[in-house]
Amino acid sequence: MNLIELTASDLGLAAGLVLLLGILISLNGLGLTRSLYVSTVRMTVQLLLVGLVLEALFSADHPFWVGGMGVVMLLLAGWEVMARQQRRIRGGAGYLIGVAAMALPAFTLTLMALVVIIKVHPWYTPQYAIPLLGMILGNTMTGIGLGLNSLTRGAAAGRQAIEAQLLLGFDARRASRSLRRDSLHTALVPTINMLAVAGIVSLPGMMTGQILSGTPPLEAVKYQIMILMLIASATGMGAMLAIELGARRLFDERQRLRLDRLAQS
Amino acid sequence: MLHVRHLSGPHFGPIDLRLAPRELLCLYGPSGVGKSQLMRALADLDPHEGEVLLADVPQQAVRPTEWRRQVAYLPAESGWWAPRAGQHFAMPPSPEALAALGLTPDILEREVEGLSTGERQRLGLLRMLEQRPRVLLLDEPSANLDPESTLLMEACIRRYLDETQAAAIWVSHDPAQRGRIADRSIELKARGVA
Repeated sequence: MNLIELTASDLGLAAGLVLLLGILISLNGLGLTRSLYVSTVRMTVQLLLVGLVLEALFSADHPFWVGGMGVVMLLLAGWEVMARQQRRIRGGAGYLIGVAAMALPAFTLTLMALVVIIKVHPWYTPQYAIPLLGMILGNTMTGIGLGLNSLTRGAAAGRQAIEAQLLLGFDARRASRSLRRDSLHTALVPTINMLAVAGIVSLPGMMTGQILSGTPPLEAVKYQIMILMLIASATGMGAMLAIELGARRLFDERQRLRLDRLAQS
Repeated sequence: MLHVRHLSGPHFGPIDLRLAPRELLCLYGPSGVGKSQLMRALADLDPHEGEVLLADVPQQAVRPTEWRRQVAYLPAESGWWAPRAGQHFAMPPSPEALAALGLTPDILEREVEGLSTGERQRLGLLRMLEQRPRVLLLDEPSANLDPESTLLMEACIRRYLDETQAAAIWVSHDPAQRGRIADRSIELKARGVA
């Protein structure tokens, strides 16, 4: 079975739907048309560019380029994590915490999946490496963003309760325990919910894509199960690491809560 | 016993102070002059310049957890991290200790949310005294109490100082109260001390 190729006019038909939606919205005076069109154009250009990059990457088929792509994805994800914080940690430390917490689980688990689970030869085969890393990194990014946002906001909002514990001679770890627990909860609930509804409420995108391109459904499902487990593990480990590093940054060597290390909201 | 040398922070100081055992020093001055910042620095809760020594041992030579148990700060509004009042104590305070501040033991079972500011201030004081501190830093501890409870709190703190040889700095805006309790009073002025 082979995929039926889409032509430019096929995409044009789909674009016509978005155009129609925009007209309907503006006829009702709801004023979202412009951002709908801009975002649609952005999406199209971004994906076409990624397509070109991936075509080049696939034909080069070299570990250096695959690794380079991974690093670029990581740095962009790090920036995205920062952009999602209402009260991010100031300076290079904030960015580094996000990047380190993403890189460690995402790269380790992707590599493990390629070498130990799927056993691709060579391990850097872009057709496997890039989509796996992209999915793991994207989800880890969301979890870490949620976790760090909850941590920094919670520290600012819960200052009195945290300092009350410090004042009684508790150390920073004990004073931040419920904050760290709540932040991990916030980071992981979406992932756990995603696992719970997979296949019932939503058909995961990767599985759908594989089925469309002719993979037998059960094979696609097995891949989807593997990737969801990788995503859950990487997100959980990344969020734990980010919250741990972030919580350390919130306190100094004299166990003081240092909210001055957070940017103003 | 407590010795403060050139202590300063972003909004106060430099300040020099000496406290003797059992001494109760009252501090007053306009809001925003840095009284709370001074107390936070004494408890090592904010970064600061200068030196604080407790019985000749410098603050920075003592572990911060240990320092804050000995030089204990009671903010104007205490923080609470558990739902019920009693959960904030390692050992529930005795009925006598509660009665000395005009409270009854049933308050420990109540939700912190439902307590009045004055009740919280008194529980905050008890919670702090549980650590047996050697220096008490009290930021308007009786600001929300009725006259009767205010006198009870004053007596309770004086008794604690006498029993344990501890010293206290008490921020009070009420001249009558300072007259009742203070061994010495200091007015804190903008950037400096009398």
